[in-house]
Amino acid sequence: MSVTPMISGTTTAQPKYRLPREAGLTESEAERVRALLGREPNALEWGMFGAMWSEHCAYKHSKALLRTLPTTGARVALGPGENAGAVDLGENLLCVFKVESHNHPSAVEPYQGAATGVGGILRDIFAMGARPIAVLNGLFFGPPELERTRRMIRGVVGGISFYGNCVGIPDVGGHVSFAPGYADNPLVNAMCVGLVERKDLRSAATARPGSAVYLVGSDTGRDGIAGASLLASFELGSADETKRPSVQVGNPFLEKLLLEATLELVAQDAVEAIQDLGAAGLTCASSELAAKSNAGMRIDVDRVPRRATGMVPYEVMLSESQERMLVIARPGREADIERVFARWELHGVRIGEVTADERLEIRSGGDLVASLPPKALADDAPEYDVRAWAKEPVRGAPAAAPVAVEHSQAEGPQKIGLELLQLLGSPDVASRAVLYRTYDQMVGTDTVVGPGADAAVMRIKGRPDGIAVALDAQPRVASLDPFIGAAAAVAEATRNLVCVGAEPLAITDCLNLGNPERPEGAWQLERTVAGIAAACDALGVPVVSGNVSLYNATRGSDIWPTATIGAVGRIAEVGKHIPARAGAAGDLVLLAGSAQVSLAGSTYAAMHGQVEGTVRIDLALEARLQRFVLAAHARGAIRAAHDRAEGGLGVALAELAIRDRIGMRVTLPAVRGIDKRVMLFGEGPSGIVLVIRTADELLVRAIATEHDVPLWTLGAIGGDILEIAPVLGTPVEALARAHGDGLARALGRAS
Amino acid sequence: MKVAVLRFPGTWSETDFAHALSLVGAEPEILWHADANLRGYDAAIVPGGFTYGDYLRAGAIAAISPAAAELRRAAAEGMPILGSCNGFQILCEIGLLPGALVRNRHLEFRCDWVHLRIESERTPFSAELRGEILRMPIAHGEGCWVADELTLARVEANGQVVFRYTDARGAATPESNPNGSTSNIAGLANEAGNVVGLMPHPERCSEELLGGTDGRRVLEALTASRHIGTAPAYVQ
Repeated sequence: MSVTPMISGTTTAQPKYRLPREAGLTESEAERVRALLGREPNALEWGMFGAMWSEHCAYKHSKALLRTLPTTGARVALGPGENAGAVDLGENLLCVFKVESHNHPSAVEPYQGAATGVGGILRDIFAMGARPIAVLNGLFFGPPELERTRRMIRGVVGGISFYGNCVGIPDVGGHVSFAPGYADNPLVNAMCVGLVERKDLRSAATARPGSAVYLVGSDTGRDGIAGASLLASFELGSADETKRPSVQVGNPFLEKLLLEATLELVAQDAVEAIQDLGAAGLTCASSELAAKSNAGMRIDVDRVPRRATGMVPYEVMLSESQERMLVIARPGREADIERVFARWELHGVRIGEVTADERLEIRSGGDLVASLPPKALADDAPEYDVRAWAKEPVRGAPAAAPVAVEHSQAEGPQKIGLELLQLLGSPDVASRAVLYRTYDQMVGTDTVVGPGADAAVMRIKGRPDGIAVALDAQPRVASLDPFIGAAAAVAEATRNLVCVGAEPLAITDCLNLGNPERPEGAWQLERTVAGIAAACDALGVPVVSGNVSLYNATRGSDIWPTATIGAVGRIAEVGKHIPARAGAAGDLVLLAGSAQVSLAGSTYAAMHGQVEGTVRIDLALEARLQRFVLAAHARGAIRAAHDRAEGGLGVALAELAIRDRIGMRVTLPAVRGIDKRVMLFGEGPSGIVLVIRTADELLVRAIATEHDVPLWTLGAIGGDILEIAPVLGTPVEALARAHGDGLARALGRAS
Repeated sequence: MKVAVLRFPGTWSETDFAHALSLVGAEPEILWHADANLRGYDAAIVPGGFTYGDYLRAGAIAAISPAAAELRRAAAEGMPILGSCNGFQILCEIGLLPGALVRNRHLEFRCDWVHLRIESERTPFSAELRGEILRMPIAHGEGCWVADELTLARVEANGQVVFRYTDARGAATPESNPNGSTSNIAGLANEAGNVVGLMPHPERCSEELLGGTDGRRVLEALTASRHIGTAPAYVQ
């Protein structure tokens, strides 16, 4: 069918976005559109291309790099490309997961931005037919003493709490960082994990010609119009308040109804394909669904239920109103679908049908107002290979290690003990309970280990196995070396799974970076992806889903390159996970892995105002360490485990002691060239503190030798003082207080 | 024992309760609110959630559902009814329990473990538990129970207070009160004793794997109850 689209200035008052530039397209991109269509698009069509070809939707600057990531493996059931990826847990059960950013909306309107970020990632999971079982958050804020940071945190955490609690999905963990670079451009990443029987897995690629298209959920309003193209794909500037109308408003109650109705339709096998409406709204959902299904779609835009009067097709097609889903009916099941919508008191309207001719036709008032090939919208955006202009910035010769910490030999244990307390109470180390206690962590009654541990552990009702989930990032390390930072984030996320006794299966990645059009931003993007790829290869975990958020820059200044890594692992017998305990009096405390720590990029150095130095990672050692701990755990030899992370070994030992309010008496490992303070507070990947029974020491040593993993026996659990010879002895109660109150104090809240 | 678990739009603890009830040997059945018929059941649960988003006031819209009339009828006939979290709020809104639940004094949603002292064993959910200190999770933003002085005096005098927030040793201190609730009240009963509401979540602590089994004792009190269908037994 060849129809020339009519631009009707009389029946539909088109807004002013006539120029491709106003739709966010460059001149060469506009030329590409004209060449693909062989004609000049109308205003609505420009708007649709602008949204679909935005960085946010089309991954123009990252697609070429993302293809270098490993995405396959024995456990991978579904790699990148759908709403989320999936791993196979065995016995036909799949675990579906993805992490996504909602940075720019949260910067402009923290509460709704963060809330709708949770809503969006939940829909990605249940659009696959999976029931969401857990949410995690990666949050990156400016310095906590700034009033605007505090306001931002109240908004973001309040929004997550409001949305997740109401829908009833437990928030089980995540990562929170504070650094000056995030003051104007905070990062809000959300991860969701769901479960689905293989037969119930749904896709956006399975729509067949003739099937009815339903739009269900919220009525469509003017909120979030062109959010993908206008807000998410440009740098933040001074006039951001004017972008507030581009931020969507969340309705978690409606999301809950949509979730239950969708899963009920899946269970009844009444739907052929599903796609959620997120960025670029109905334009994205309809064109992606049609493109993936090698089909077309006819939509009568007048049938779309509206929240406001007088909305023109442009607004309806580009609205990012939340809590909407596109559902393709199995032929003959339309009545069943309408019955389920009605029972859940949802507005579900048949707005069109799938066609065979690979055209997306939008009609209004009897006129054809847009007619575009879905694949041109969804697949044909230009790709820009940033490697062509990536350039490493020239920096001064890096100091071998920060020099902040020159101390006289005369300093006694008291001084170092105070430093440990200070570090434990510092924003990057202190307990996050003051934030996560506002999230429901237990609804669903599957949370075995919730927030505050190395990783969360979820049981699966009716099965012996369980899953572990962790979400981590290494922004300070990445600021020194984006490759090492990204690799270290993958290593940390998977190591955290190992610390609860789970075998890492796969990861999802959220890449938050600055402006890729600048040489340094391009270089950071390239190095970040390379770091993830290297770590994934070394550790044997593929990437099954992810998201890229670029242009995280304010007034020309980029954020630190931040790869947020969500990792999912499997525990064969969930009852036998490694608990977040400290062990019992008499148990041995060991350090496994690397003792090659330094103050470069450490929390300790940052506390003294220094972020510099050379950071390193030994991915082969990391892989051996993870395999060793899992092997020792399989023999029942691990009583407790804790990752050496922010704050170094001193903080790791203190956090272990705080878990059970029990002391320990240990001696720092003696390593040539590393002084005691560096050994205590220095950081570096590939270190795990283990607690084992004395009787198991020989066995654990033998397994370590077998895996070629260095092991130091540090001392034993007991008493109520953390005694680290020869540097300090501090009551565990004092450590717990510093760690417990630290964040509330940093945020100026009375606790 | 057949236990009806009510489901409204926005309820999210119904399957959690069904699972926990099945662990104590009960036969749970989830009923949709609009056509819920409680005849033939031995007890009913009004679970937690955000019915209708709690947009107007927690539990206010659920309280005008057809299920409200059914709950009133069953309550009058002496059926043991337990409302937890949003279910407690709904039972207060319906008028089956005294007082009201308002926003936590600190204005934040709070998810945490708390300790509760069992104050009365005159209910099917606390029989033989008097004086026990139980540890249970809470997860709510509007759990601060309030009432006028007369009502407060009456529920205390009648022994209608069933659960009180305390510290681990059983002392009802301001620090152990997670939401500013009047007199540290965490849950209470109607005068007859067959209808009980509490903010904490017994269904979330009915298995060792989840960190505690004290909630199971509340559900076991129900299944062991000797008074089913004999409401007058609870009247003092």
